[in-house]
Amino acid sequence: MAAVTETLDTVQSVTQSGYKWGFETTIEMDFAPKGLNEDIIRLISARKEEPEWMLDWRLKAYAAWLKMEEPHWARVDHPPIDYQDLHYYAAPKKKAGPKSLEEVDPELLKMYEKLGIPLKERAILAGVDPDTVENTQVAVDAVFDSVSVATTFQQTLRKAGVIFCPISEAVREHPDLVRQYLGTVVPTGDNFFAALNSAVFTDGSFVYIPKGVRCPMELSTYFRINARNTGQFERTLIIAEAGSHVSYLEGCTAPQRDENQLHAAVVELVAMDDAQIKYSTVQNWYPGDANGKGGIYNFVTKRGACRGARSKISWTQVETGSAITWKYPSCVLHGEDSVGEFYSVAVTNNHQQADTGTKMIHIGKGSRSTIISKGISAGHSNNTYRGLVRMLPSATNARNFTQCDSLLIGDQCGAHTVPYIESRNLTAKVEHEATTSKIADDQLFYCRQRGLSEEDAVGLIVNGFCKDVLKELPMEFAVEAQKLLAVSLEGSVG
Amino acid sequence: MLEILELAASIGDKPILKGIDLTVPAGEVHAIMGPNGSGKSTLGYVQSGRDDYTVTGGTATFNGIDLLDMEPEQRAAAGVFLAFQAPIELPGVNNANFLRTALNAIRRAHGEPELDAVQFLKLARTATKQLAMPDDMLKRNVNVGFSGGEKKRNEVLQMAILRPKLAILDETDSGLDIDALKIVADGVNALRAPDFSALVITHHQRLLDHLVPNRVHVLAHGRIVRSGGPELARELEKSGYAGVIAEAA
Repeated sequence: MAAVTETLDTVQSVTQSGYKWGFETTIEMDFAPKGLNEDIIRLISARKEEPEWMLDWRLKAYAAWLKMEEPHWARVDHPPIDYQDLHYYAAPKKKAGPKSLEEVDPELLKMYEKLGIPLKERAILAGVDPDTVENTQVAVDAVFDSVSVATTFQQTLRKAGVIFCPISEAVREHPDLVRQYLGTVVPTGDNFFAALNSAVFTDGSFVYIPKGVRCPMELSTYFRINARNTGQFERTLIIAEAGSHVSYLEGCTAPQRDENQLHAAVVELVAMDDAQIKYSTVQNWYPGDANGKGGIYNFVTKRGACRGARSKISWTQVETGSAITWKYPSCVLHGEDSVGEFYSVAVTNNHQQADTGTKMIHIGKGSRSTIISKGISAGHSNNTYRGLVRMLPSATNARNFTQCDSLLIGDQCGAHTVPYIESRNLTAKVEHEATTSKIADDQLFYCRQRGLSEEDAVGLIVNGFCKDVLKELPMEFAVEAQKLLAVSLEGSVG
Repeated sequence: MLEILELAASIGDKPILKGIDLTVPAGEVHAIMGPNGSGKSTLGYVQSGRDDYTVTGGTATFNGIDLLDMEPEQRAAAGVFLAFQAPIELPGVNNANFLRTALNAIRRAHGEPELDAVQFLKLARTATKQLAMPDDMLKRNVNVGFSGGEKKRNEVLQMAILRPKLAILDETDSGLDIDALKIVADGVNALRAPDFSALVITHHQRLLDHLVPNRVHVLAHGRIVRSGGPELARELEKSGYAGVIAEAA
């Protein structure tokens, strides 16, 4: 009931218009020169104080990238990206490196406050006694441009044997683990953007949950692109050993700018026998203005490998931001009776373009997957669900259920559903359901007759439409997500 | 007090209301009867602000406020409630959420403090109890999977919670069994107060047995052709509309 309550409060409290998160923090930045070549990669690697093997890995990826072409099969449209016109490294200038929260730049903390970082993070970041927020503990690894600046709750996590740190630190401190898993789910040459990321990734999170450990708190990362013309290439690797559990939250915002900014992240998840990983994303990066100027290009490769029997990986995403979203969080279901889930809400308004979905690759016997996708299009936007369900010959009795629903607001937008189904095992079952609907005038009138403003009515109807996905989010995140839905659709009717 | 003067309205080029004169003094309940297609529902929609209708003449004021000049939600805040003949489904929207959002929107418009979930639930449970409705009505999605009768009862529940000053019930009794009919009548009777008015659109004398109206009006071809006391409804039940309409023509 509490979540429901807060939901209503937030839906109602959102009356301001425009992108709330469009401010720029004036912290001195340390830039690499524009452009991409081996020297830049060497510079990044040196700044990160990386071992030789890591640099070699990057250079190999770069060599692969040079031979690849930018993909153009998605239903998105953008002017050519000049990869030589971007900064590939930007970091706030270090004084000594924060050892505790008191040492974190107050400008930075202020920024988190402006961001309205939800949950308990802000309080935690602001130094509130962790004991008072015991029940909803969230550890934050905040990525401010390219360097992780504040990592909290290390102590509690360490006691449980959990490693949660910036990936650059993991490369130095836990090289064996990183080498064992990095690039095994998303190989360096997987696709154009993954190869680019592998060459130049600057930061991201590393999570390791030992055997049988249930992570004592939700792990959370806040990504934020701040510097002008900086591509953000974060890289996340989560390893859940046999019988372990972890829930990871990722939230993204970026300040408002005229240039389009490139964001090409890679996330890799590995789940061993009976392990469970829940990965939730709320993405509200700057979508560009009402005329389609500016905004983030979000070209992301996320993939999880259910390596162990009965392992489970669950992706939940709420995508409201970015000018272009190109993202297919996927599960490779190796393990017998392993489970893959994908719950998605993608909202596009004005001139936003989203081509998003998932891939469920069934290899293991009895593997199961569920896909629930809710696309909402408004304004002049285009929203595409693109999903692959592949049943390999070994996937005896595997099952998939897919449900794709599209909601249209107005008559200038588009919704597209592109399901690919490949079944090479006769015992496998694949179900696909799809609907397209419009917010009906009589629904709006009914709500308004009861006293709701038109925008509150749209917010309520849209939240109702997305309920099956929103209920998969951790509670505090769900509240923020619902607020975002309302903000993203402001001005979409009437 | 509701005052409608020479109200005319059309859908596209088609005139539906052709000059309605109707006054419902504060504290009174009036019934509107009449054959299908005579403009009864249009009268309800025009007062509540549905934009498929164009007002082509006349006025409608409630307590001196010009209703026709306001957005639907402003009319709701002014106390106008329409119980829909065919209530709308809102998939995924919980009935309690919906009602609390609506009630708080109206309270905000009046400068009253909003109700939190606990306060609201208390109020809502009192309403369901009074109307002999199951509590799970509040948990279900708005009208989704409701039977015809449940949808009508849900309208009455919403009315009970929002406590309007002018309730327009558009055939809320249609398709209801005797017990449900009594719930509708009880819902309106519970709201009866010196500052409450209601327009009850119905085809059936039965409802009016439980909900004795101060006046009964017969609407035909977009005009009120006859008005009378409660006995007029009984007369219509016996001899139909034909006589009344012919007499007026």
